[in-house]
Amino acid sequence: MMPALSLRNIVVALLLLMLLLVPVYALVVGNNFVLSLFTRIVILAIAATSLNLIMGYGGMVSFGHAAYLGIGGYMVGILAYEGILSGFVQWPLALLVSALIAFVIGLLSLRTRGVYFIMITLAFGQMIYYVGVSLNRYGADDGLTIYRRSNFAGLLNLSNKTVFYYFCLLLLLATIYLTWRLVNSRFGMAIRGARSNDRRMHAIGFPTFRYRLTCFVIAGTICGLAGVLLANHTDFISPAVMHWTRSGDLIVMVVLGGMGSLFGPLIGTVAFLALEEVLSGITEYWQIIFGPMLLAIVLFARGGIDGLLAGIRRG
Amino acid sequence: MLLFVEQFLNGLQFGLLLFLLAAGLTLVFGIMDLVNLAHGSLYMVGAYFAATFTAWTGHFVGGVLLALVATLLVGMAVEVIAMRRLYGRDHLDHVLATFGLILFFNELVRLIWGPAGMNLTLPPWLNTAVEILPGVYYSMYRLSIIVVALAVATGLYLIVMRTRIGMLIRAGASNREMISALGINIKLLYTFVFGVGAALAGLAGLMQAAILTAQIGMGENILILAFVVIIIGGIGSIRGAFIAAIFVGLIDTVGRAFLPDILKLALSPAAAATAAPALSSMLIYLVMAIILVVRPAGLFPAPGSR
Repeated sequence: MMPALSLRNIVVALLLLMLLLVPVYALVVGNNFVLSLFTRIVILAIAATSLNLIMGYGGMVSFGHAAYLGIGGYMVGILAYEGILSGFVQWPLALLVSALIAFVIGLLSLRTRGVYFIMITLAFGQMIYYVGVSLNRYGADDGLTIYRRSNFAGLLNLSNKTVFYYFCLLLLLATIYLTWRLVNSRFGMAIRGARSNDRRMHAIGFPTFRYRLTCFVIAGTICGLAGVLLANHTDFISPAVMHWTRSGDLIVMVVLGGMGSLFGPLIGTVAFLALEEVLSGITEYWQIIFGPMLLAIVLFARGGIDGLLAGIRRG
Repeated sequence: MLLFVEQFLNGLQFGLLLFLLAAGLTLVFGIMDLVNLAHGSLYMVGAYFAATFTAWTGHFVGGVLLALVATLLVGMAVEVIAMRRLYGRDHLDHVLATFGLILFFNELVRLIWGPAGMNLTLPPWLNTAVEILPGVYYSMYRLSIIVVALAVATGLYLIVMRTRIGMLIRAGASNREMISALGINIKLLYTFVFGVGAALAGLAGLMQAAILTAQIGMGENILILAFVVIIIGGIGSIRGAFIAAIFVGLIDTVGRAFLPDILKLALSPAAAATAAPALSSMLIYLVMAIILVVRPAGLFPAPGSR
């Protein structure tokens, strides 16, 4: 039984409280930048949480996860460009396409393990990036401006920044809740079992491939949702969202926060974007500090921030 | 026919370039069990060194040799400072740490050489065309890339398979503890292997820099192609990397050149013009997917891997 008042729980509670109060702060100070930054944080946290589902719990290190951000975003962008603005059409289609592509990539990649899996997901992610670059009708390299956000027939006004922020936050909490339910279900046990010892899980009768593929598709779909939100947030989509370094960023967020921990990806995303803001304030060449920092985290703080808070070091 | 010969040679040249990059990657992976994303950074560093040193010495070959030595040293320094601590760790750790190194190197190059690219100018004797078949001319420089890369590939094979140091490397790959118990300085050996891998990447980078330019991030896109090469060839296998690299180089180059025409036979010109760029950039990955379905461990899996 976890003590209710551990340092880690307090930090998570404070973080959630802070996220709830961001629009209030933005309103009082009149600072729209903070609201925009935190909307971005919340959206990327959804993506990182979905990656954590396969990477942290399932042991599937996908290096092409940003592709689904692009797929979700491009579905919104392309449909809007073709005149279909209704969110009731855009969103389900975007999720469906994300799921289908995740299914095909998973079907091929999950045949392999370890480094092969990392490299293959990387290659497929980059393939989708190049497809984005070659979409001449939809702006190719330069990307596509989205002039109208998804329209929910008066039910939800996404153009209102505060409403949009709370909507994203709601979806983030839903994602975290879903992850919690999933990993503690029979399904989640099978996934975690397959990470520790796939052969043994197989021997006791679990068709682990199907379990892992399902998990991979769920994660891809959720990340597609994050892409839909991101496109609506920036009113813009370009292949740059899918570049493999963005997938690397997502992995960094998850590991920085703490792999295989429920709130780790959220903590990691906040830390990552906060670091980016602070370091790029110090010097234009901020990555020259951030790169070696990453190296140091890998060498000395494996459990991420969540691991430090919980006072345990994952081996 | 003329065009086909030229595209075929271009594909071969690109494939050999990929091999130089993939050889270092697969060597480091096969021997140290280390995934090195920063390999592309060494490719970039080699190109920048060559551009600087050739301009500085005013001598092409001298500058290139200096650049190779410098890249070797950078590679060894990276091994001693960072990589050495990563052996035996999880592959995810390798990915993250070397991802950090990429960010560092990209930013360092931007700091030193500025954000604009650099040109590596060829001497006149390389900047000509030679008649390879009656009436068929081909770039002297691209031809010399093919020759140099083939020579390096042969040399690499001979060193690994026929010399004492190659024997030590192979022994170290199969049992690290045993070989250090026999009194071999395995740490030094690893540093050396990493440095050689870096120099090979640098060689590929500087040769490519004379065709395109030396620019930040140049190593990253080609690195992914090098990954595709070693996935197809089988991780850890130099022979596999060689065959797969030429295969990938040819498919990519020839596909880009001829796919639009082939598609025009089946589709309307407008549809072909839209589909061709997307399809030709996907071609390599589709081939990789097909090969994976048939042989999940690549065409020539190294013995003992997986």
